[in-house]
Amino acid sequence: MDLVLSKEAINNIVGVLDEDLLRAGADCALLVDRSGNLIVTRGDPANLDVVALAALSAANFGATSEIAKLIGEDDFALLFHKGKNENIHFTKVGKGFILITLFGKDVSLGLIRLKTAKVTDQLIPILTGEQ
Amino acid sequence: MSFIDLSKNEVQCKVVYYGPGRGGKTTNLLYVHQAMTEAVRGKMVTIDTKGDRTLFFDFLPLALGKIQNLSIKIQLYTVPGQVMYNATRKLVLKGVDGVVFVADSLKVQKEKNVESLDNLRQNLAEDNIDIGEIPLVLQYNKRDLGGSNIPILSVEEMEEDLNNRLQVPWFTGSALKGDGVFETLREISKRTVKQVSRKLLSR
Repeated sequence: MDLVLSKEAINNIVGVLDEDLLRAGADCALLVDRSGNLIVTRGDPANLDVVALAALSAANFGATSEIAKLIGEDDFALLFHKGKNENIHFTKVGKGFILITLFGKDVSLGLIRLKTAKVTDQLIPILTGEQ
Repeated sequence: MSFIDLSKNEVQCKVVYYGPGRGGKTTNLLYVHQAMTEAVRGKMVTIDTKGDRTLFFDFLPLALGKIQNLSIKIQLYTVPGQVMYNATRKLVLKGVDGVVFVADSLKVQKEKNVESLDNLRQNLAEDNIDIGEIPLVLQYNKRDLGGSNIPILSVEEMEEDLNNRLQVPWFTGSALKGDGVFETLREISKRTVKQVSRKLLSR
């Protein structure tokens, strides 16, 4: 199944990411598909290789799905990696997509979790063409 | 799964280099990476290699210019060839749009080539992809060993073993020296983009 997104759909995704994640203090928000394609990047990804990040995130999610299966789960809905200054949060969006949020130490994980849950609900109808 | 972004008029496709372990998949990507300018290629990512084996995958994004109005971006991946890493191969194959099968010309690898191609067929079938439908190109690698005292398979024998039923385009190659690397890449890119645009037009 190929994914074709119109200009309007892309604009809607951009709007949702900007409004909810960047305004909440996230440095960067990316939407990728689970085969590693980069769909949308928002925020300031200077010096960040977003194409490689998309491919590695899809692989990371795939690998942890296998871990999930080993313990009797279908999948994990989110992953979180904590760094010294920068953190990264991955959220499953529907079956085929991953939302990646980068945020600094001044932003609370709880807020990001709250916002990504809301964003996920808004993105699914756009990506499945139901909006 | 290819992705078409109509706001940027851009197509992204995924091409996977498949084949038995130590057959030259990573070497193909390394050669492409070295030979292309930075304007065309992105950063090559290689994950956790143990010795000279690929443990997870290698990744190399390329921008191949424009066809009509669409910018073509192709992402090249390799899989680990060793039999025991099948779970990883399935992961990397997810959403694949085209496959290059890099076969090893060494005589001792005859069975391994056939096994790996069977494994590709099975893994694609699990994702509901017919090996006869997906763009596929074969590369008979390590032909440069022809003049040495290491026994290698003849091209006819490899054709008989691997391409008898498939009847897909094939190239001889020596990934280490670069022979056949770009011919293979050109053919798989052409076929993959053609297939993706055909699907796009039929929507």
